[in-house]
Amino acid sequence: MAIAEILTTMNYGPAPESVDKVKAWLAEHEQHFDLFINGAWAKTQGEESDFNSDNPATGELLAKVTQASKNDVDAAVEAASIAQPKWRALSNHQRAKYLYAIARILQKRSREFAVLESLDNGKPIRESRDIDIPLVARHFYHHAGWGQLLDSEYGDYESLGIIGQIVPWNFPLLMAAWKIAPALAAGNCVVLKPAEYTSLTALMLAEVFVEASLPEGVVNIVTGDGRVGEMIVAHEKINKIAFTGSTDVGRIIREKTAGSGKKLTLELGGKSPFMVFDDADQDSAVEGVVDAIWFNQGQVCCAGSRLLVQEGIAESFLTKLKARMEKLIVGDPLDKNTDIGAIIDKSQQARITAIVEQSVNEGADIWQPAACITQIENNQQGCFYPPTLLTNVETSNLAATTEIFGPVLSVMTFREQGEAVALANNSCYGLAASVWSENINRALDVAPQIKAGVIWINTTNQFDAACGFGGYKESGMGREGGSEGMLEYLKPTELLVLQTNKASSANKIIADGKTGSVASEKAFANIDRTAKHYINGKQARADGGTTVEVCSSSGELLGRVGEGNRKDIRNAVEAAYKSQSWSQSNGHLRAQIIYYLAENLSYRKDEFCQRLVQISGADLPQAEAEFESAIEKLFTFAAWADKFEGSVHQPPIKGVALAMKEPVGIIGIGISAESPLLALVSKMAAAIAMGNRVIIVPELTTSLIATDLYQVIETSDIPAGVVNIVTGDKDALIKVMAEHQQVDSVWYHGSVEGGKSIEFASAANLKRTWNSAGKVYNWMSAVTDKALLNHACETKNIWIPYGDI
Amino acid sequence: MTQANKNKRLHAVNLADNQNSHCPTEGEVHNPGTPFNADWLQTIRVNLSAIQRRCGTLTNRRAIKKDWQAAWLLKAISCIDLTTLSGQDTPGKVRRLCAKAKMPISPSLQRQLEIESLGITTGAVCVYHEMVETAVQALKGTSIPVAAVSTGFPAGLSSFATRLQEIKDSVAAGATEIDIVITRAHVLNGHWSQLYDEIKQCKAACGDVHMKTIISTGELSTMNNVAKASMVAMMAGSDFIKTSTGMESKNASLHVSLVMMRMIRHYHDLTGYRVGFKPAGGISTAKDAINYLVLVKEELGDSWLNPEMFRFGASSLLADIERQLEHHVTGRYSANHRHPMG
Repeated sequence: MAIAEILTTMNYGPAPESVDKVKAWLAEHEQHFDLFINGAWAKTQGEESDFNSDNPATGELLAKVTQASKNDVDAAVEAASIAQPKWRALSNHQRAKYLYAIARILQKRSREFAVLESLDNGKPIRESRDIDIPLVARHFYHHAGWGQLLDSEYGDYESLGIIGQIVPWNFPLLMAAWKIAPALAAGNCVVLKPAEYTSLTALMLAEVFVEASLPEGVVNIVTGDGRVGEMIVAHEKINKIAFTGSTDVGRIIREKTAGSGKKLTLELGGKSPFMVFDDADQDSAVEGVVDAIWFNQGQVCCAGSRLLVQEGIAESFLTKLKARMEKLIVGDPLDKNTDIGAIIDKSQQARITAIVEQSVNEGADIWQPAACITQIENNQQGCFYPPTLLTNVETSNLAATTEIFGPVLSVMTFREQGEAVALANNSCYGLAASVWSENINRALDVAPQIKAGVIWINTTNQFDAACGFGGYKESGMGREGGSEGMLEYLKPTELLVLQTNKASSANKIIADGKTGSVASEKAFANIDRTAKHYINGKQARADGGTTVEVCSSSGELLGRVGEGNRKDIRNAVEAAYKSQSWSQSNGHLRAQIIYYLAENLSYRKDEFCQRLVQISGADLPQAEAEFESAIEKLFTFAAWADKFEGSVHQPPIKGVALAMKEPVGIIGIGISAESPLLALVSKMAAAIAMGNRVIIVPELTTSLIATDLYQVIETSDIPAGVVNIVTGDKDALIKVMAEHQQVDSVWYHGSVEGGKSIEFASAANLKRTWNSAGKVYNWMSAVTDKALLNHACETKNIWIPYGDI
Repeated sequence: MTQANKNKRLHAVNLADNQNSHCPTEGEVHNPGTPFNADWLQTIRVNLSAIQRRCGTLTNRRAIKKDWQAAWLLKAISCIDLTTLSGQDTPGKVRRLCAKAKMPISPSLQRQLEIESLGITTGAVCVYHEMVETAVQALKGTSIPVAAVSTGFPAGLSSFATRLQEIKDSVAAGATEIDIVITRAHVLNGHWSQLYDEIKQCKAACGDVHMKTIISTGELSTMNNVAKASMVAMMAGSDFIKTSTGMESKNASLHVSLVMMRMIRHYHDLTGYRVGFKPAGGISTAKDAINYLVLVKEELGDSWLNPEMFRFGASSLLADIERQLEHHVTGRYSANHRHPMG
């Protein structure tokens, strides 16, 4: 075009990024890749079966990639298991040097990686060049640091062993880095499966490992479809699964790994709210929306896909937003001017189209910028979808609830802050949220009220290796990044030496009609006492109206407790749900109440010690020791109530990220029979100290200690509903809680089978679980204290950029 | 009506042919101003970190290469207020500057770019009052306007009567554009209606002459002040708002420019009037110039991409653009001494 003519149009013109070097690299590999096992390229040991990796923007074949077989996965795991002890035996500094070398080489080859990522995935080169790849290098640098500090910072922890990692196609290399870097820093070895659409940058990364002389077997890469993922998930020698992907697959992984002892990190879907208050900088918030939902074609788990805008400014805001959308450029991902690239695959494009159609059928109004539609029409061979605005989306609309995973924004309005928070939380997901307001009082008030793992104030889609990332609710469990992310790849050393639970198998309900002596009941009570449930601050008879006998281990009848059923659990959860103010109360108040509980309990030492003797077969000095330990634990967790704090991360922005500890919410707690009073008091106190509300189900044989305790609870100012106790068949009652959608976490301490059943059932709403896997914990250890506190908290990262000059 | 204003209106008509649907092109180029409206100030909110993120990513979101880059650089030249504001200015220096304004790039370069027929000149020449007559004389026969900095430039703290008289004197001397400075104290102390009154009186003193209001962003402390001062300047009838005198310790930046452009857009939404924008101070490279033009295109639209609505206040920018254009044509990196100095 003549210069004079351009002067009249003032168009941008083409600005293609060169793909020559990457094409040459693909040609060097003859457009075919084997598996990367034990530090070298390995042909499949199964039937030869390749699949295509295509460029979604053109349909062009980039390379053929190998479908790994069971034998290949076995070989990869074998390589990792041989490598792991040696890798762990290296000094911190040696491991750190490898991670540092990987970061350096990645930086040196950053443009190649960016171009390959854009070719394979379809994301705009600006994003792969300026966001994905720099964050990849940053992740390895940051974790080189954790590797260096492993012993000093995590001296009480040990590596997990072999980590199976399954990463998605939306950020292929970045997610691989998020998984590999912390695993290696913590002394683990890895078997990684890239997504089948986007294996290529992971395979290029294998070359980096070779160049960095990473010991063979430390990282193994097996390519293929979901079947390979299933093999990894099922593999007995793998100690942990780290998965990023859809909530549906996450649920399946939770079920498949139930009872396997595998640790789990799941980073799943989202429907994150983008909240614009009437005191926001609207123009900047419009730009925020662009970064929230049109970043990576909206194929982002934490995409701000629900715009919640205050009614009074909704019209002007949408006008501004539409004007901004008209400026978006959809097209060739390798053009430096492209804002929105290609959708990963026709199947995804069809899914987006179907959801949008359904949403419109349900009453939403659709708007797409004309310019973008034209741009797509001019690019027939690629797989594109225009930026889309859906307005008049009611809460029941499909587009309000379903993760679309495309460039589609659903718009809703709210009247005031309370309604904004309610709408934001009206979702099964809880990954992220963006809050726009120039009023710091409002923003910092709203952030803790949103049930999500990451909150961005006046910004969005910011990531950094130093800040934990991960979800609440069905958006997953565990955190990636920062100190909280490191813990996901470690376990307390103490766990290695725990004894196996023996008493749990002795848990038998004595059949009705069996006779026993009630003499011991008389030892401290002349008037017959009826042990009930304790629900909502009141003693409550069992819903079924039945009781069950409790016998000592020698078969002596000790008394009767209420026989709990589903409805008792329902009532207890209801009570816990209503006591939300406990979760908002301050640590000092909670500490005072727990101290008061200790005070009241200590007055009843004789009575509780006698009960311990009676139910556990301990002698009096042992019972007294346990009682004193229980009092001490109440002090310990009262002490932690205002001290187990979050941290302030320092991402490379002008601002801070507050890693706040928040209560998990409602926790169902199963108590095993060992040290029944100490176990009960430790778990209850840790949970409520952090602001959770609990429903406790004791082992039946030792449940009288729990029913004795509620009398102390009643007199200790613990608000109604914060602690609830239901007695009966422990495993059955805990399972009801594991299935209950309102329960956020279940701590199960008991049998191996019981633990498996709980983990399986928890998949329904992906609640957190803590399964003792039949082990007996040492409640007097400080490491266990920390484990309790960590299980009692979620970490929420609140990003707060600041500055006015 | 002066010739300058007639030209402006003419241009507005031409623009209408070439508008994009999403660009705010409707409305008058001439801004008669509005009554002082405190509500418009109260709703202003500017988030600095978001502004920084937008500017930080924008320059990487858009790339302009090859012929397009040459064209955009020529556009930049046509928008330069070629400026000399030195105590050492003499008529000789000003005449040389005016010659450069008339012929900003050499005929041979123009020929190679195939743009001789366009007759590209800079947007204006900008001088102190004492140099206005010299400049007018030197630019006789061209349509290049002479702009005079005024009202006690750069600090703006001479007596108000003196400041108004200065405007009248420069207009009488033949300046068709007046760049005024504001009383920064009114911004820092939040005396918005006083600021409005002063600028309005300046506007009255300008008459039909084009008034650019320098808000001195580097001395206003906060982005919210920048935004509010911009809005007051527009309400008071400024034809352009301008970032800086070039004498502050903090020069123009993309950040303050983004804030001011968004205020221009907002004012246009409120009133239908279109106000021009002039970043000034520290803009010295071709790359800088393109970044500003991209910002204008993205935030205000194509109808602002012309000297009627956008100017650079710059002295050394032109030399860098000339070198880049020569490189474009020859493929060899250029040297300053190959281009006639201004």
